[in-house]
Amino acid sequence: MSRIQPIQTGSRQTGPSPTAESGEVLLEATDLARHFDVSRPWLNRVLERAEKLTLKAVDGVSFTIRRGETVALVGESGCGKSTVARLIVGLYGLTRGRLIFDGQDISDLARRSGRQSAAIRQRFQMIFQDPYASLNPLWRVGTIIGEPLRFFRPEMSGADRRRRVGELLEQVGMSPADALRYPHEFSGGQRQRISIARALANEPEFMVCDEPTSALDVSVQAQILNLMKDLQQQYGLTYLFISHDMAVVKHMADRIAVMYLGRIAEIAPADQLFATPHHPYSRMLLAAVPSLEGEGRERTMIEGEVPNPVHPPSGCAFHPRCPYAEARCRAEVPLMIARSDGSEVACHAVEEGRIGP
Amino acid sequence: MSSTPSSGEHNAAAVAGHEPGAAGQKPVLSVRQLRVEFPTRHATLVALDDISFDIAPGEVLGVVGESGAGKSMIGNAVIQLLEPPGHIAGGEVHLSGRRIDDLAEEDFVPLRGRHIGMIFQDPLTSLNPLFSIGDQLIETLRTHLPIGEKQARERALALLTEVGIPAPETRLDSYPHQFSGGMRQRVVIALALAAEPELIIADEPTTALDVSVQAQILALLKRVCAERGAAVMLVTHDMGVIAETADRVAVMYAGRLIEIGPVNEVIRHPQHPYTVGLMASIPGLAKRRERLYQIEGAMPRLAAIPTGCAFNPRCPHAAERCRTERPELLPVGGSRAACWLHDPENPLPRRDTLDTRQGEPALDSPGETAR
Amino acid sequence: MNQDVKTTDTVPVAPPPPSRLRTFLASDIVYSWQRQPVVIIATLVTLTMFAGALFAPWIAPQNPFDPRQLELIDAFTPPLTTSDFTGNFYLLGSDSQGRDVFSAILYGSRISLLVGFAAVLFALALGTALGLMAGFRGGWRDALIMRIADVQLTFPSILMALLIFGVIRGFLPRSMHAEVAIIVLIVAIGLSDWVQYARAVRGATMVEKGKEYVQAARVIGLPDHRILFQHILPNVMRPVLVIGTIGLALAIIAEATLSFLGVGMPATQPSLGTLIRVGQDYMFSGEWWILLFPGVALLLLALSVNLLGDWLRDVLNPKLR
Repeated sequence: MSRIQPIQTGSRQTGPSPTAESGEVLLEATDLARHFDVSRPWLNRVLERAEKLTLKAVDGVSFTIRRGETVALVGESGCGKSTVARLIVGLYGLTRGRLIFDGQDISDLARRSGRQSAAIRQRFQMIFQDPYASLNPLWRVGTIIGEPLRFFRPEMSGADRRRRVGELLEQVGMSPADALRYPHEFSGGQRQRISIARALANEPEFMVCDEPTSALDVSVQAQILNLMKDLQQQYGLTYLFISHDMAVVKHMADRIAVMYLGRIAEIAPADQLFATPHHPYSRMLLAAVPSLEGEGRERTMIEGEVPNPVHPPSGCAFHPRCPYAEARCRAEVPLMIARSDGSEVACHAVEEGRIGP
Repeated sequence: MSSTPSSGEHNAAAVAGHEPGAAGQKPVLSVRQLRVEFPTRHATLVALDDISFDIAPGEVLGVVGESGAGKSMIGNAVIQLLEPPGHIAGGEVHLSGRRIDDLAEEDFVPLRGRHIGMIFQDPLTSLNPLFSIGDQLIETLRTHLPIGEKQARERALALLTEVGIPAPETRLDSYPHQFSGGMRQRVVIALALAAEPELIIADEPTTALDVSVQAQILALLKRVCAERGAAVMLVTHDMGVIAETADRVAVMYAGRLIEIGPVNEVIRHPQHPYTVGLMASIPGLAKRRERLYQIEGAMPRLAAIPTGCAFNPRCPHAAERCRTERPELLPVGGSRAACWLHDPENPLPRRDTLDTRQGEPALDSPGETAR
Repeated sequence: MNQDVKTTDTVPVAPPPPSRLRTFLASDIVYSWQRQPVVIIATLVTLTMFAGALFAPWIAPQNPFDPRQLELIDAFTPPLTTSDFTGNFYLLGSDSQGRDVFSAILYGSRISLLVGFAAVLFALALGTALGLMAGFRGGWRDALIMRIADVQLTFPSILMALLIFGVIRGFLPRSMHAEVAIIVLIVAIGLSDWVQYARAVRGATMVEKGKEYVQAARVIGLPDHRILFQHILPNVMRPVLVIGTIGLALAIIAEATLSFLGVGMPATQPSLGTLIRVGQDYMFSGEWWILLFPGVALLLLALSVNLLGDWLRDVLNPKLR
């Protein structure tokens, strides 16, 4: 892979990240946007004189992911993090913006299916949140894991494919004999292992993981997170890791993007973000994480809730909950501004120096 | 338990003295050797096995465990809302000294809401979508308390103010769907508190909420219950929630209570090997570890609970005795744990194989996992 | 690094998967069946009537469709009587043509079941195809199909069948009416009945389409037809089969109703409905058996199939368990 990305500008250069400082850019997302039409049906709109409603689930998100690193998207429900994941793998089409994967423009991936896009699609995979819905209940585990193989490598013989499925099962800590069983015979953690095995089948380079452990118990979560880290080391995988759990993100990610209402509030190297969060929302999220220290620390109370994304606040979407909000925050959408410590922050108060480091 | 139903009251009070943290006060809820069974066509599954604990007035007892451990089952058994064919097959439940597990359904109905308030994970299941929240509050108040319409309305307003609903006089006529998730859960708390029950059972009250809202709701729940001296049973899978909210914590595994004690003791010095592993497997904000500690395997299904200690196949310390003899809750430190490691006469030797197995020399020793 | 990945969740201890027959016999369906006497009886009645219809030529004493076999002289023989004239034994009596009512019921239920099955299959195929398309593609196709379904639902299905029946017959020459009656019936009942399959399939398709296993197939880049037929269709068939069982009872009754109204099977090829229509003329003239026995047969057939359908729905519906 010798293709180098030309689009990398100076201001975009993020600071030292633990594993992938000089790694080449694998994925570049520029100004991604996805709007959903959430209006009532046409007839109702006419009769009720309702207006067209647009949900801007993602509205101008840019980031890069380097080969071998783990970038996390965190945020509360409705912030658009899962939509970003689905945009990247082509489950949704882009309303606006551009996606470059290893030098190839994949912005129109959602419209290309079948053989046309097989070459690019087999290089990335996705792991889903709900282990009970992510496996076809009528198929045997072996058929499920073998599905990408049957599609991408039709020349592979049945025996070879079965051997490969067995290997994959062993890789995720299960037995090759499990290939003959059905998904309902397995626990949530084991099903997530099966999902991972399916995702690994074609030796992808890049994995989009959408809340892969949110539906699991903590002890099982530890098993899955460890497995994911092991696989990353073994295969040099690149992860886009989506989660609402700050502690999990801290454990997994090299760099973290904090999202709020369809935009990125702050991107920073993981250690940097946890040591000195800049954006008031990042600070709030961190402060709200329950602490296992017990009575050592009172959780900082944050007023309000995430507003309805169909009617987002003007200017900076966070301003109604922000203690530092001023007139400018209510009027003007803040832009991402790179800081010397390697983070990028979209906040007027941070830019003007109204909030200390 | 050797007591007859008639001596139940006396007995419950007497046993409560053994509970650390509940000493001196008469418990609001006293559960003794509770056993819940689910007969199926293949076998009778024991969903709760020999559960005993007390909750004192004003105390928050956290009940924590993985899915299927039976943590929600305890609350459902206490309020007699077990899904058939599940039923209480043994033991006793006392509410403020009165035995309630043997009450018939019609005698139990007045207890729900009046003496036991309930808060569930999804606020929408507790609220009727067809009535305004004012109507629902007033109806609840008037069902349980001898007050008039006007008085009830005032009480409803006061309750909404107390749970932090802004402009309550305008919100009284709103319907559940007009509230956000966090606000709905506040309304549910107001409903649960309306009749001033002695006991609140909160089953995963914040699981459906975002972290920022979660903190608000937990603080609210803790404050209003403390002010009223209501006992709270907080059922959750989230150790963080327990750490922030509970006074004591009960850890469930495979339908059994395996450790119970003050929350700081259990979190900082877990004693049961399962709790030790559980605490170590939680990724923390404070410290970054390359690998998380993982408990091998999975919790057994109810149909296949091993003999002896239910945790023995996954336990690094397990010995022959663990496979044959089930340990009682044994006092250790400030808490009690069901593990032969803590047998006062004949403690099981520890086998510290945890660290080498992880391929990492200095994984936290059990006492420090939470730092 | 890899060896500690090899965690083993101990939940399934791995015995070889049992054979399909043994899995079936140990399943909840068989268990539930054994515990419900009503369902057992319904099954036996259904199977008996299916067998009777299927093997009618070998069981029935005469072929009621063959005029040469009818003994006019034996007309109106009461049940359980041996004819004084021909020596024939009439188990359930005979009608005005000297037709053996028992044989007529066997042959009639043969036609009723044939029409019922064929109409259900027709409705099921049409409804499933349209429902899949509406649910999977959405947009204007969905709007169009579902609005047609809505409009059709505002008419009672028997009225719909009458209408369709009339229209089709209008296009055919009169001489062909008797020959194609059975096909016209099937199409009419099928067309009046597709809506519920389409609705069920559309709903289930939309649910399945949103599930992550379908999204996983999309991420791989599988073409739509593969996703539709390999993933979604098999997973939406369960509710369809349940509706189909109950629909069979309804289709049998619909056929009987049409034939009773005189627009279905002709008297020369009587179905159960035709037999009831013929029989009602004699209800008050003392020959009660001509009406009663076909009526009871229709009732038993429809009721037991319906009971089976209800039971299947309960067993297969995960929400009720």
